[in-house]
Amino acid sequence: MDALFSLADGFTVALTLQNLLLALLGCFLGTIIGALPGLGPSNGVAILIPLAFTLGLPATPALILLTSVYYGAMYGGRISSILLNIPGDEPALMTTLDGYPMAKKGQAGEALALSGIASFVGAFFATWGLVFLAPLLVSVALLFGPAEYFALFTLAFCTLGGIASRNQAKAAIAAALGIGISTIGVDPMAGVPRFTFNEVHLYDGIDFLIAIVGLFAISEVFLFLEHRGQGEASNADMKLGRVTAPMSMVKACAGAMSRSTVLGFLAGVLPGAGASLGSFISYSIEKRVSDRNNTFGTGDPRGVAAPEAGNNAAAGGALVPMLALGVPGSGTTAVLLAMLLALNITPGPLLFQQNPDVVWGLIAALFIGNIMLLLMNIPLVSLFVRVLLIPPRYLMPAVAMISFVGIYGISGSTFDLVVLVGFGVAGYILRKLDVPLVPVILGTLLGGEMEKSLRRAVQISDGDWSVLVGSPLAIGLWAFAILGFIAPLIVGRYFRPKIADSTAAEGADPD
Amino acid sequence: MSDRIFGVVCLLLAGFYIYSASSIELGFIETPVGPRAFPYIIGAVLALGGLYPIFVPDERPDWPDMRGVIEIVFATAVMIAYAMVLEEFGFVISTAIAAALLGWRLGTPPLWAAISGVLISVGIYVIFHLILGLSLARGPWGF
Repeated sequence: MDALFSLADGFTVALTLQNLLLALLGCFLGTIIGALPGLGPSNGVAILIPLAFTLGLPATPALILLTSVYYGAMYGGRISSILLNIPGDEPALMTTLDGYPMAKKGQAGEALALSGIASFVGAFFATWGLVFLAPLLVSVALLFGPAEYFALFTLAFCTLGGIASRNQAKAAIAAALGIGISTIGVDPMAGVPRFTFNEVHLYDGIDFLIAIVGLFAISEVFLFLEHRGQGEASNADMKLGRVTAPMSMVKACAGAMSRSTVLGFLAGVLPGAGASLGSFISYSIEKRVSDRNNTFGTGDPRGVAAPEAGNNAAAGGALVPMLALGVPGSGTTAVLLAMLLALNITPGPLLFQQNPDVVWGLIAALFIGNIMLLLMNIPLVSLFVRVLLIPPRYLMPAVAMISFVGIYGISGSTFDLVVLVGFGVAGYILRKLDVPLVPVILGTLLGGEMEKSLRRAVQISDGDWSVLVGSPLAIGLWAFAILGFIAPLIVGRYFRPKIADSTAAEGADPD
Repeated sequence: MSDRIFGVVCLLLAGFYIYSASSIELGFIETPVGPRAFPYIIGAVLALGGLYPIFVPDERPDWPDMRGVIEIVFATAVMIAYAMVLEEFGFVISTAIAAALLGWRLGTPPLWAAISGVLISVGIYVIFHLILGLSLARGPWGF
């Protein structure tokens, strides 16, 4: 019940004019970002962080703006999936399977309306899940000492590598690269410079915002250069019809939506698995449960409702570990974590105690934003369709330039811009080699904290390293970490989106 | 082959990282875990991870052809040059030129690329500097 009282307080925070306007702006921008192929939630949010930061927005409004973008992108991704058969972002990949056939049958309007409703259902119930599950997780996390935290960070990397990537070794490499980057700079505990090679610019370390924007946004520009002219929207068959879904269709999909919401939420809560996995699992389970006449893949409305409810529910679920433990469950929540860290707010159990207004204001804003998104996405969908027609050759230069503006705004240093380009090239090569980028980001974000908790734990026990497995809680976390890393090898490829062969795979936006 | 090279690069990087870590000075305070231990662990993980693709490489990635490589090198050069001249010539001019060049290489006809470059640059200047008050690089002419 406490949660409900806190939520009521949150609504008083969220219901100011400024916060409502920011939520509206975020939802609008988010839908566009989601709809445009090549811009997805993680790189969209990544570009906006430095801007929100340099504009001097306080924590709560900044977080409201960016999570609205995140939720909005989950809604927007479906538009190009349904109309163009090009997923607007990776989570919307599964929506192409039945959404595009529906559009070809002349049911584009119905598909868009139905998927809008499914998105709303998924996001709405997942936000309720967040309200009740996050405080529970916080009460567990309060028992954590440094040793448990170290195990928890390892767990996040292990499940991320095990579940969300195609090759465990490459995920481990990615994590090591990211953590390695985080060790550059003056060591905060001993006060000695590390890996700075006497370069003054490196004494403060490498700002993780530069790494994020470079790896996600700039590398995207390079991918577009390589595949010039491909994947451009043709405005041939974009007859929308009426954007409403008949009641009978919504009813027929109610089962699919509710199952997918639960599955998507669970997939989101799991550290290391994000919205893409949520929509994948929802679609494949729904296909097993209700595809009796082999209609899935030929424009079955349930095949549109399931992945959309699933990915929106996963987006809400992924916020649970990010807020309650400070360990993000997906690429985009990692980027949101970067935002919090840049504002000097450490997520985790203490956030709920010290800044309840931030947490609950954010959650209340999610409820409000979700309603805005539903209202925006059904009547205004034709507006977003028009935005889709902007070809990437105009869009990508603007994306690159806005990225530069954001990074320059943080530091005012052109050295950082060169580093940014370096990360862009590195991100491009890593993507080509099928090395996941999310562990790199997570490493640069969490490396510092991870090392701190390791050193504290061993220091408290006076140099005894066995303290790392010294409590049942820590042992449990380690067991789960090992399981999460190894089990996918044994269980096989079942829980992983089979996107390796699709063209979207390499350009895919992680989450 | 690409994966094998990548694995070797990871091993070399791990070696360099561990070597650099071994030359970190220790602080004045003696602590059970100094500033070197954690980098050693991370370097070891990187080296172990790098071994796998050497022995079990994935399929050859789909590398760009010569044209693609040139495009990417050119775009990288444009962006680095942009970073270099940004404070010399100011935001608006540098950005217009860089955006135009990128747009041109992405397939926009030259005239349209130039126009879109100017529009992008002026648009960002108006929205982010004049309306939102973000500080952008000022050149000799103040914009």
